[in-house]
Amino acid sequence: MQKIIEASGISKKFGDTQALKDISFEVSEGEIFGFIGPDGAGKTTLFRIIATLLIPDKGNMKVMGLDSVSGYRELRKNIGYMPGRFSLYQDLSVEENLNFYATVFGTTVKENYDLIADIYSHIEPFRKRQAGKLSGGMKQKLALSCALIHKPGLLILDEPTTGVDAVSRVEFWGMLRKLRQHNITIIVSTPYMDEAMKCDRVALIQGGLILSVNQPEKIRSAFSRKLFSVKAPEKYKLINALRSYPGTITAYPFGDSVHVTFTDDKFDDSLIDYLGSMGISNIVINESRAGIEDRFLELMEK
Amino acid sequence: MNIGIRDKAKGISKMKEAVISVKHLVKKFGNFTANDDLNFEVYEGEIFGFLGANGAGKTTAIRILSGLSAPTSGEVVVAGYNAKKQPEQIKKNIGYMCQKFSLYNDLTVKENIMLYGGIYGLKKALIKERTDLLLDKLNFREYGDRLISDLPLGLRQKLAFSVAVLHDPKIVFLDEPTGGVNPLTRRQFWEMIYETAERGITVFVTTHYMDEAEYCDRISIMSEGKIVALDTPANLKRQYNAASVDEIFVKIARPGNKPHPPAPSPEGEGEHIL
Repeated sequence: MQKIIEASGISKKFGDTQALKDISFEVSEGEIFGFIGPDGAGKTTLFRIIATLLIPDKGNMKVMGLDSVSGYRELRKNIGYMPGRFSLYQDLSVEENLNFYATVFGTTVKENYDLIADIYSHIEPFRKRQAGKLSGGMKQKLALSCALIHKPGLLILDEPTTGVDAVSRVEFWGMLRKLRQHNITIIVSTPYMDEAMKCDRVALIQGGLILSVNQPEKIRSAFSRKLFSVKAPEKYKLINALRSYPGTITAYPFGDSVHVTFTDDKFDDSLIDYLGSMGISNIVINESRAGIEDRFLELMEK
Repeated sequence: MNIGIRDKAKGISKMKEAVISVKHLVKKFGNFTANDDLNFEVYEGEIFGFLGANGAGKTTAIRILSGLSAPTSGEVVVAGYNAKKQPEQIKKNIGYMCQKFSLYNDLTVKENIMLYGGIYGLKKALIKERTDLLLDKLNFREYGDRLISDLPLGLRQKLAFSVAVLHDPKIVFLDEPTGGVNPLTRRQFWEMIYETAERGITVFVTTHYMDEAEYCDRISIMSEGKIVALDTPANLKRQYNAASVDEIFVKIARPGNKPHPPAPSPEGEGEHIL
């Protein structure tokens, strides 16, 4: 399969801050590829390099067969970029914004309408409204329409779902799935681990380093120890007690339970006795399958 | 109204005190009803998640609960004070932290603590005492004289939370408290929240991220100005036969599939209240 992005040894520094450290990965045609990591991990810097808006200090970034530095003029015609901050013209109407972007890229809304129809139809009833007066979910749909109107080969979405409610996020991921049939490759970043499962492959990124690249299911399976989910009514006491138990390796709160790993991947009655002696009762322990976030935590420990 | 799990563990003999009591709260902006007959209570030391889609009316309700806006009708009592008649008393008895704008970037850690302590009327000696305590607890000694802008995001958020409860409020309001931080910091942050609730401070959390909701004792879900669900996450999952709060939310938070127009209210959901 054709490679849409080939990054090798990419580094970028801003003053004293090493934003990216020797990053390498590849993205194939038609993939939805996610970069999952907290704020400050380097996601935006990396995306700006791919979008030809920044030059790396070191390394090689090849996008759709072209070098991102020397081939930037050609590449820009074929990339759709939706930055994290809403950056359309607030005082132009919905339809004016869309027409503007189409014109800049030498095309018309009519020509590529089929590509955006699914997304744009939601906001078309409001086409005369100023972009600045749209709700968050509608702004997001307009921004996505504008990023797609020139039918790019690569769509770059920088934290498109940050600050968006859970219902709109589901809709948004549904739209991305539908774009696959148009053979558009998508790279998308998010600080939210649960969204990793919606990508074909993901890179876990932290402190300018890629911790792991794989299919989300495989990242979960790579968790190296047996994971247990422990519940008791008094959660805070439970966390502290589990941490002080000699057989515990890690104990982290996860929603209404605590995810725990033990020496030799097992525990015995002494754990229950121990927790009991700390005044904790009604304990429920189950073996649990690690999620992306468990694996992320494990990789951070190294 | 049922009581949270935490309360049962501490014994039912002593009934929990409601620190937020909302009865028939209605808030209108012109013809638009942002809050349509809300009724709920939040108890002392409870971690309460307040959820809803954009435009559901959360921000309007929180502004009323924090004394920034008066209800059109209904009775709202927060920390023992009436929201319509005693909003200034409410402000003194609550803390507020939002992910983005809680601290002054161009002041140092110590200066920020001093500023907030002063605003809440703490005596100088007490501010100093609490500053020392706080810096020790967060292992922050070395950062005391650093500018906020020089701190990593995770530390900033932990500090912002500590500052929001510096004056021992009855209730602290948190707006998407752990957005954007790494999984480890996120867990340390939740442990701080648990500890605070253990001290008897009520923690009122609003968030778009349903996995944050899973950490709460009870959650409410708002849709179109009404509360459509309110219970412990476990009970709601049973009731809706769902594996996660996220699943419940998607099922009930927005009726129909219509594109929702921007709220005609003067305050958008994205607005940050201080």
